[in-house]
Amino acid sequence: MKKAVQFKLNGKPVELNVDVTRKLLWVLRADLGLTGTKYGCGEALCGSCTVLVNGTAMRSCALNVEGVEGAEITTIEGLGDSGELHPLQKAFAEIGGLQCGFCTPGMIMNAAGILRETPQPTREQIVRRMEGNICRCGTQVRILEAIETAAQETGGEKR
Amino acid sequence: MKHNDYLHLAFTDIESPPPVDRREFFKRIAGGIVIFIVLGDLLSPQDPERRRGFRQQGSSDFNAFLRIGGDGVITCFTGKIEMGQGIVTSLPQMLADELDAPVDSIHMIMGDTDLCPWDMGTFGSMSTRFFGPALRQAGAEARIVLMDLAAKKLGVPEDQLQAKDGVIFDKNNPNSKVTYGELAQGKKIQRIVDRKAVLKSAAQFTEIGTPRISTDAIEKVTGRAKYAGDFRPPGMVYARILRPPAHGASLVSADTSAAAKMEGVQVVRDGDLVAVLHATPDGAGVALRKITAQWDVPEVAVNDRTIHDHLVSIAPAPSNLGSAGDLEAGKKNSSKSFESRYTTAYIAHAPMENHTAVAVVDNGKATVWASTQTPFSSRDAVADALGFSPGNVRVIAPYLGGGFGGKAQGGQEVEAARLAQLAGVPVQVEWTRAEEFFYDSFRPAAVVTLNSSTNDTGKITSWDYAVYFAGSRGARHFYDIADHRTVAHGGGFGAGNAHPFNTGAWRAPAGSTNTFARESQMDIMAAAAGIDPFEYRMTHLKDQRMRTVLQAAADKFGWQPAKAPSGRGVGIACGVDAGAYIALIAQVTVNKDNGKVQVERVVCAQDSGLVINPRGLIMQLEGCVTMGLGYTLSEQIRFEGGAVRDANFDTYKLPRFSWVPKIEAVLVDTGIEEAHGGGEPAIIGMGGAVANAIHDAVGVRLYDLPMTPQRVLAALA
Repeated sequence: MKKAVQFKLNGKPVELNVDVTRKLLWVLRADLGLTGTKYGCGEALCGSCTVLVNGTAMRSCALNVEGVEGAEITTIEGLGDSGELHPLQKAFAEIGGLQCGFCTPGMIMNAAGILRETPQPTREQIVRRMEGNICRCGTQVRILEAIETAAQETGGEKR
Repeated sequence: MKHNDYLHLAFTDIESPPPVDRREFFKRIAGGIVIFIVLGDLLSPQDPERRRGFRQQGSSDFNAFLRIGGDGVITCFTGKIEMGQGIVTSLPQMLADELDAPVDSIHMIMGDTDLCPWDMGTFGSMSTRFFGPALRQAGAEARIVLMDLAAKKLGVPEDQLQAKDGVIFDKNNPNSKVTYGELAQGKKIQRIVDRKAVLKSAAQFTEIGTPRISTDAIEKVTGRAKYAGDFRPPGMVYARILRPPAHGASLVSADTSAAAKMEGVQVVRDGDLVAVLHATPDGAGVALRKITAQWDVPEVAVNDRTIHDHLVSIAPAPSNLGSAGDLEAGKKNSSKSFESRYTTAYIAHAPMENHTAVAVVDNGKATVWASTQTPFSSRDAVADALGFSPGNVRVIAPYLGGGFGGKAQGGQEVEAARLAQLAGVPVQVEWTRAEEFFYDSFRPAAVVTLNSSTNDTGKITSWDYAVYFAGSRGARHFYDIADHRTVAHGGGFGAGNAHPFNTGAWRAPAGSTNTFARESQMDIMAAAAGIDPFEYRMTHLKDQRMRTVLQAAADKFGWQPAKAPSGRGVGIACGVDAGAYIALIAQVTVNKDNGKVQVERVVCAQDSGLVINPRGLIMQLEGCVTMGLGYTLSEQIRFEGGAVRDANFDTYKLPRFSWVPKIEAVLVDTGIEEAHGGGEPAIIGMGGAVANAIHDAVGVRLYDLPMTPQRVLAALA
């Protein structure tokens, strides 16, 4: 059933008239044309669709639009700071935390969620909280290094 | 190059169809200096195997070309695609060195069947091995043209000129110089690389051998990189297609009336193709669920428990892969014999990006963006399905979200094109994860029977190896054994009715199965003889290259000799794939209560010959080790006849962050000047190294992959 719903998306207000039981992933990709967030499995098993909702990493394939009414959503497109790469993006690129790149937006957004909650995570904390994100190319070793590097760079400040 | 190194299926009788000829291409690209690369002619005439794979038709055929534009941009047009293996970065590096141009001035246009000449596809670890050298020669040829032009323009003899970073200057007067762009302006020069130009030697490399951040990294970390499903032509709708419950099932009837009643839904039917179209993918999904269908599902008796016996029972006659000596005599001279049967399961490619295509069919022409490793085969398949000539179909393969051999087969591009033609609007088909599992061309389940014997000093006296349906790649051993025979029953894929569904090439096809069997058997014999597994292998190795690679792995690992099981949990596996030599040493801990195996550390040594981008290659080694954990410990497709039981990652378990060991990659240089396989070889060692490490840890031998917790517990019981 269609309803009006409002939320903030990458800093800008959005107002939609949609069936609010639809999943956020499809609204982002198909309705709003933001294709950086990816479909990998549709069942919250792979993490490719991860976005931040009020700073918390969530799987947009499992999130009803209804559930983000009034929230602040950040997608990969909105992570950098007006043209500047976020430290996570910079670290992933420099360290090589990606190969095919398809899981990368989800990885980075999930990592951003970790750093917002725990600015100085231990390796164990990072592994545990990244466990839900799959990389088939096998770049996990570098992804972990990139997250640790970005954490050091942000030096504990919330980004 | 040995037969063993090739992707067997793809190399027989590949004919280059008559493409648009060189003059036509030249007209399309607005002049400049253009160098055409004809791959077949550049291969050594002594290499009939290679040339057979690149058979050409007619002198106007070519495989790639370079263009130096008046703006100084150097564009390389190639039908190869980028799927994370890194050639979008390493090919420019190769070109930059020969051309003396900055890497940043090189732009790759890849996988576009309109802009790029015919290419057989991106698979088989061939891009760097075969295409790379041809590209270097094109670069060298271009440099010759530029030097010639510069000499005329600057009015000095060529030997007084120096090329560097896209500029040619007079050595005696460096202010007298000209850029490549300036030289190309207003020119229409074309050259064919038809002879072997003199390439730079290793001492002259500035780019080749230098680590470099991938050129696609920024696009990918910002979400700007476009994959097939990210293209959105105006008016595009999303399709969902009615799928059978099992392979081989036929559609009896489908009632689409409820779906058709949904707002915004268009039902399309054409024979067995039944689809719903909607402005949103999830809307199409809702509509699909409203279709009720009756299927005729054939009885297929085989399942994941019975498949191995089944494969052996239907095996065709063996083909001999290599033999020497006298097996019977060897067996007589032995004091111990070992009869083993090893099995491996069907393995999915499971790329993170599902097969996807977006098709626009308009005015007798089709444009299709598709996640395909073989854009030209896709083009032909689409043309065939639409009744168009191939010249009216353009397939563009953008970045792929993983391939691993699985996107050399597909069909989603044909589905999208057919639906676009029928519906008269652009259509996107993105397989769901369940469809991705269902339609995958799995790495085939396989059996290896290995009977070997040793004398009372442990020396191997006979080796009788038979591989069923994995494929021959990696089946031949490289150890010093006088009496031996290696045979293969059935091929690695396309094996007729052997399998209840499609099988195909999966990263280093056959290599993992064959290496698991061989290296397990080596350890079994070493343990029986009470000999350290490293020493055991060295005693049986005359191949100096393998000795060097194995030694490099052992040195990096800090190998301490001990007979197995030593309780340390360490295991070795050696192998050869795509011309590269590998040696892996794994260290594991085994939880005896729940059967879980934790791989703590892997040293991975690889000799790939010439290394273009060391950082890129190390990433491939790390990727192979990590991806290899899956087929080793957890991945297997469950099925009943043609019904695939795994539909998502809850039951089909891929390696997770907590599984990843400390990985130490060692690039071994044995002085080989050509590039060999980079992205595939290392994965073949994981099964064997971990199986041997498990035995070393807890004294049990597993003969079946994956070595799941249940199987480990069963072995411990």
